[in-house]
Amino acid sequence: MIRYSTASVVALVASLGAAQAETNIDWWHAMGGELGAKLEEIAQGFNDSQDEYRVTPSYKGTYPETMTAAIAAFRANQQPAIVQVFEVGTGTMMAADGAIVPVHQLMADHGQDFDAAAFLPSVVGYYTDGDGNMLSMPFNSSTPILYYNKTVFEAAGLDPETPPTTWAELEQFSNQIKESGAASCGFTTQWISWIQTENLSAWHNQPIGTLENGFGGLDARLSMNGPVQVKHWENLKRWSDEGIFKYGGPVGADNAAPMFYSQECAMMMGSSASRAGVIANSSAYELGYGMLPYYDDVEGAPQNSIIGGASLWVLSGKSDEEYAAAAAFFDYLTQPEVQADWASFTGYLPITQAAYDAMESFHAENPGADTGIRQITLNEPTENSKGLRFGSYVQIRGVIDEEFEQLLSGSKDAQGALDAVVARGDDLLEQFQAQNQ
Amino acid sequence: MKRTIFSNQLLPWLLLAPQLIITFVFFLWPAAQAIRQSFLREDAFGTRTTFVGLENFVRLWNSPEYLNSLQVTAVFAISVTVLSMGLSLLLAIAVDRMIRSTRVYTTLLVWPYAVAPAVAGILWWFIFNPTIGIMPYLLGQIGYDWNHIQSKSDAMTLVVIASAWKQISYNFLFFLAGLQAIPASLREAAAIDGAGPVRRFFDITFPLLSPTTFFLLVVNIVYAMFDTFGVIDATTEGGPAQATNIMVYKVYFDGFVGQNLGSSAAQSVVLMALVLVLTVIQFRYVEKKVAY
Repeated sequence: MIRYSTASVVALVASLGAAQAETNIDWWHAMGGELGAKLEEIAQGFNDSQDEYRVTPSYKGTYPETMTAAIAAFRANQQPAIVQVFEVGTGTMMAADGAIVPVHQLMADHGQDFDAAAFLPSVVGYYTDGDGNMLSMPFNSSTPILYYNKTVFEAAGLDPETPPTTWAELEQFSNQIKESGAASCGFTTQWISWIQTENLSAWHNQPIGTLENGFGGLDARLSMNGPVQVKHWENLKRWSDEGIFKYGGPVGADNAAPMFYSQECAMMMGSSASRAGVIANSSAYELGYGMLPYYDDVEGAPQNSIIGGASLWVLSGKSDEEYAAAAAFFDYLTQPEVQADWASFTGYLPITQAAYDAMESFHAENPGADTGIRQITLNEPTENSKGLRFGSYVQIRGVIDEEFEQLLSGSKDAQGALDAVVARGDDLLEQFQAQNQ
Repeated sequence: MKRTIFSNQLLPWLLLAPQLIITFVFFLWPAAQAIRQSFLREDAFGTRTTFVGLENFVRLWNSPEYLNSLQVTAVFAISVTVLSMGLSLLLAIAVDRMIRSTRVYTTLLVWPYAVAPAVAGILWWFIFNPTIGIMPYLLGQIGYDWNHIQSKSDAMTLVVIASAWKQISYNFLFFLAGLQAIPASLREAAAIDGAGPVRRFFDITFPLLSPTTFFLLVVNIVYAMFDTFGVIDATTEGGPAQATNIMVYKVYFDGFVGQNLGSSAAQSVVLMALVLVLTVIQFRYVEKKVAY
């Protein structure tokens, strides 16, 4: 306590001393390594661009750690002005209406010129409420794409320039690869939850939950046990038994990328933001990119894929000057040059049409770099493909992994596993609704 | 017994104060908070709080995942305790018989204790990684397809080995000290009476070692139930399909990752109660059989 008051006295004296003191705000984030360095560069760029405001980024660990830290800080009244929250935390943040300041309101209150229509709908749709108001600022968004090993394709007698477009082709290619001995496994995947369940559903225009995938309110429940999802999980189990698919583990699947890098598996479905990492590890062979496969007997497929990643939330309980600083920073962040620089460095998707246009030459020079953006903008998003919004979704993703593992171990069939996902997930949603109403 | 009389009534309290304050701030206060939170339902940010009575506990009781976690914890704690105590007793007996190299072996065997749990977890993660690990490769040579990412029993085996390995050093030290405290004359007398090594161990050594064994039993069960968090977090994260989701890991996951504070608090209250009961049982019943 004593230390706090001393610190605030010092701060007060300091602010009186400097005639035009900068307003300093904290930005808590979860970007380590090179991404973190790039993020600091952006903050530095903003700080250098004007002398009224100052943004101080601090790295707080993984996504769940950062979110937990921000929540704990909020409860202790020590919250940062801006915090980076991963997409599955969106439901939790949104339900906490007393704890956040919606971005559209922040921008309007502080006279920042803000045009919601300038943003790519499939990116901001994820962070927009039912009335079309943007609640958080998308920062790093990615979408899953297909990476494949052209060298192995050639050795197996396949055309290295033609990645599979449907699941039937993927199965056929995988069998050919395995039989020819070019690789011992056809494909692996990161994220059973995000890629093989949520994105699979959006890609085939199938609902994940009721009330527009949860956008309609807290009483939404899951419905990802539909025929398309069941058929796909059934296939994954069969392909796993046949050895053409290898499971890389829960959550982001730590073992998926090593299997692809070591050429054990010829294809991998993974985040478009992994592109730089995949390239760095693929010097021993030619790398190819494709869109996610689809089932051609499902009407409306392929629709569009959905994003993952994180967005920036503004927390309540700060002063007007601090909010003015946050608004100015967001305005800087959405400049096409800043966006294009961040997106081409990291592989994340640009969030505005202008930034996408600014990246034209980059996309021309870097084949495959635009696969993700072409995929999310393939069609106008429907209510099944604009994203999802459920509370307790971190746990629900855990449930998806667990039930998929039950399916692989043979203790449940696909229908049973997905029914269990829905039942257990709905139980969590019910608790979440009770907590937040 | 000699009693020290302090003339000043305040001084003893003052001397005890540091310990009392630490106990209060780091043990009693959080425990009280957990008990309070376990009766509440709250959103993550703490903006809406409702008193729900025993609902959090009722939910736990009706949750198959929680009952599974209880079972997993029991299997895990017993396996870790038996494995680590058994192995360290064997090692201690072996070292106790050595004449010259006792110190070298003791030092080597105590080493693992200095490794932090998270680091130990990462080591085991590397050794047993199904894609790049050395053990799955060797096991593959003899025809066993090791995959703790998919197989529940492989995952349990992995966390038991990793956790037990960590505790062997500690148990070993205590067993060795216990063994060296047993007068050699007792064993020699039994040998003269014609008792073989096995008979000598079970009739002389083991009963005289029982205070050490009892102490280690308590310590090991508490270790397996609470201190293995780092190992689980670094290797299996409770998976696959909750096969290694022990109670303390579930408390962490539901509370810190899932933001379900009420349920997490209720789980830690159950855990507290369980440890209390276990300790009472151990001291009341098992200790009676111990010869000091």
